[in-house]
Amino acid sequence: MTTHDPHKGAPVEARLGIWAFLATELLLFGGLFTAYLVFRLEYPELFHREHLRLSRVLGTLNTVLLLTSSLTMATGIAAIRHGRQRTLQIALALTLALAAGFLGIKYVEWSEDFSHGLFPSSNLFFGLYFVMTGLHGLHVILGMTVMVWLLWRARRGDFSAEYNTPVEVTGLYWHFVDLVWIYLFPLLYLIG
Amino acid sequence: MTAYKRYLAVWAALIVMTAVTVGVSYLDLGLWNASVALVVASFKALLVALYFMHLRHEIKLVLAFAIFPLLILGLIIAGTLSDTMYR
Amino acid sequence: MSDEATAATGHEPDYLAQKGFRSWACTHDHKRIGVMYLIATHSFFLIGGILAMLLRLKLLTPGPALMSDHAYNVLFTLHGAMMIFLFIIPAIPSSLGNFFIPLLIGARDVAFPRLNLYSFWIFVVGIVITVASLLQPIDTGWTFYTPYSAQTASAVTALSCGMFLVGMSSILTGLNFIVTIHTMRAPGMTWYRMPLFIWGMYGTSVIQVLATPVIGITFVLLVAERLLGIGFFDPAKGGDPLLFQHFFWFYSHPVVYVMILPAMGIISEVIPVFARKPIFGYKAIAYSALAIGFIGFLVWGHHMFVSGMSTVASVIFSFLTFFVAVPTGIKIFNWIATLYRGSISLDSPMLYALAFIFLFIIGGLTGLFLGSLATDVHVTDTYFLVAHFHYTMMGGTIMGLFAGLHYWFPKITGRMLNEKWAKQAWLFIVVGFNVTFFPMFILGMQGMPRRFSQYPEKYQPLNILATVGSWILFAGIFIMFLNFVRSLRHGARAPDNPWQGLTLEWTVPSPPTVENFETIPTITDWPYGYGKKKRQAK
Repeated sequence: MTTHDPHKGAPVEARLGIWAFLATELLLFGGLFTAYLVFRLEYPELFHREHLRLSRVLGTLNTVLLLTSSLTMATGIAAIRHGRQRTLQIALALTLALAAGFLGIKYVEWSEDFSHGLFPSSNLFFGLYFVMTGLHGLHVILGMTVMVWLLWRARRGDFSAEYNTPVEVTGLYWHFVDLVWIYLFPLLYLIG
Repeated sequence: MTAYKRYLAVWAALIVMTAVTVGVSYLDLGLWNASVALVVASFKALLVALYFMHLRHEIKLVLAFAIFPLLILGLIIAGTLSDTMYR
Repeated sequence: MSDEATAATGHEPDYLAQKGFRSWACTHDHKRIGVMYLIATHSFFLIGGILAMLLRLKLLTPGPALMSDHAYNVLFTLHGAMMIFLFIIPAIPSSLGNFFIPLLIGARDVAFPRLNLYSFWIFVVGIVITVASLLQPIDTGWTFYTPYSAQTASAVTALSCGMFLVGMSSILTGLNFIVTIHTMRAPGMTWYRMPLFIWGMYGTSVIQVLATPVIGITFVLLVAERLLGIGFFDPAKGGDPLLFQHFFWFYSHPVVYVMILPAMGIISEVIPVFARKPIFGYKAIAYSALAIGFIGFLVWGHHMFVSGMSTVASVIFSFLTFFVAVPTGIKIFNWIATLYRGSISLDSPMLYALAFIFLFIIGGLTGLFLGSLATDVHVTDTYFLVAHFHYTMMGGTIMGLFAGLHYWFPKITGRMLNEKWAKQAWLFIVVGFNVTFFPMFILGMQGMPRRFSQYPEKYQPLNILATVGSWILFAGIFIMFLNFVRSLRHGARAPDNPWQGLTLEWTVPSPPTVENFETIPTITDWPYGYGKKKRQAK
């Protein structure tokens, strides 16, 4: 039996379900992190040399965008828990904008890399870089798609203090996408 | 509205830590660069998980769902490295 | 065990009543979804079985015959991939698990019924893509080892995509079951009052959720290597073929426990019913399911002893492999103890359960030869290995599946099977199975390698014996399926509780209504109080 306390968030089934799903995402990306570790330990010079080709400025900017998008998302959930429809909509729109900004910068980075002849097949570092940021970017796009749907539902007035489960569940997914980047950023951009 | 304030404070801490980790990356600390970067990243991750993802106020079962997979991730890393590092 | 009387109203339609494609394709009913998975998975069992028969036909002669070497390689690749990914992994969880988990815990459905339907459709799309990949037949073996799988022109990319989707379906099903078991048990059903099949399914689901993503990323990396030219697994580009193997086996070892834990769960249900005795060591069996699941994550390197893996890793993985035998042994001893001084009726479910115990012991013990470093060097990748995994997967999982199918056929269909045919089929299956696969232990010891279409003449006699065995096995399976199909129409109408079982599914009509229970029961006892007049206070 579950009772729904709006101040405690979505029903326990939904929270268990999304955290179980995030576990699968952790293991999915985990394989990539394992590959990173294996090759980094085997080719330290390659990694040092190649990682300097990445733009630390753009990477930092992207980190700030994603962290802020987590803030806006969390704010949106707190708002709808108090029934604040308008704030939720603004928060979702802001999160979408920040996510779009993230993707925009990624696009710029990748274009730069391609124009310098850096492709996934160029070497193992860039192979990992493109696959890891690519898979991450795919998850950003998926998250944005769900958020567009949430925004549409929010504008219809589907959510309230009593019922906001889809928002909270999406929020948890989004924070996870942020978590992956929190590790990707130093591993790819900062550690030489 | 303390929830909003708390989130803002967490965000500020995350930005500061980002600045720190980027700043440190410009220094040459040898092997310590990696450790600092990963420790800072883990602190950021902890903040996101505890506050943005509400784990600080969650029931034990959900905490178990969040933590146990990390052990399994540790297993695949440890097992693979026990091979590749000792060939 | 339940305080509620059976809720057969007589005018409540059963779950099969509504007709039409839409009513099946868009259903949220876990029972219908279970039936659809049952039909899909068993279709691939039959196809995979026919492929095996073809392989065995070729192996009647040591030299070239019947098919080219390449065709042989394609056939064993297909046989393995279909049997493992499209049959054995989903067979019990997605069909019997879907059908019976809600019934056994006193729920009306799973936690996320819509997700359940989507999981099935993802499975179907995965199957379609997999079958489409047949246009450029693959000969890598079901293990897809690199570098060959990254370089060969066959449809590895398409197959990887298909398998990714099949894996997604597996993950979502496991997720659904975990949340269902945690949150939807009937009032009064504490963890220690759950049927042991549920414990087994819980362990299975945890493995599905945590291990399957790793094969997912493995397929992603393989496709990236093929399409983008990255050298993750290519030595020429600085990559490591063993990395592929680590990722592959990190999933593919735990997945054998996804195969066996549900089957063991079924055995734990069937034996008390047909021995009219409480299960011996309930908690030990429950915890050993979890232990097997966990230890299963620690041992994947034992598939890589001769691959070039470091000695350090080899020793560690070999050492850890022995531990998985302990909880397995505990289960087997507890089942035998349950049988001891029980009032045993040798109905077909019990016959399959007994076959399971006997055959799985052989399969499990031969695993020790393979888990020990020194002996493994001699027998790995020989027919000894082939025999080992067929004894565990077929002698184990499939016997458990058949036990479950015979046990629950009345509940699913509302009809009784023909017991005479069932017993006859059983005899053919058990004899045929042993005649097919036992000689392979000997062949392996004598050095016959696996996956070779041609072999030295000295191995021919035992190969002929194995092929003859496969004909007997096929005959048995044929009779069994014939029994299923025939009984659907002409079987005697099944009562609510043909076996006098004490678990909740026997308190509802055969077949059940859409809502499962008229009123959700309140549980006051465990479901194994056989032969006791007084209720056990637990």
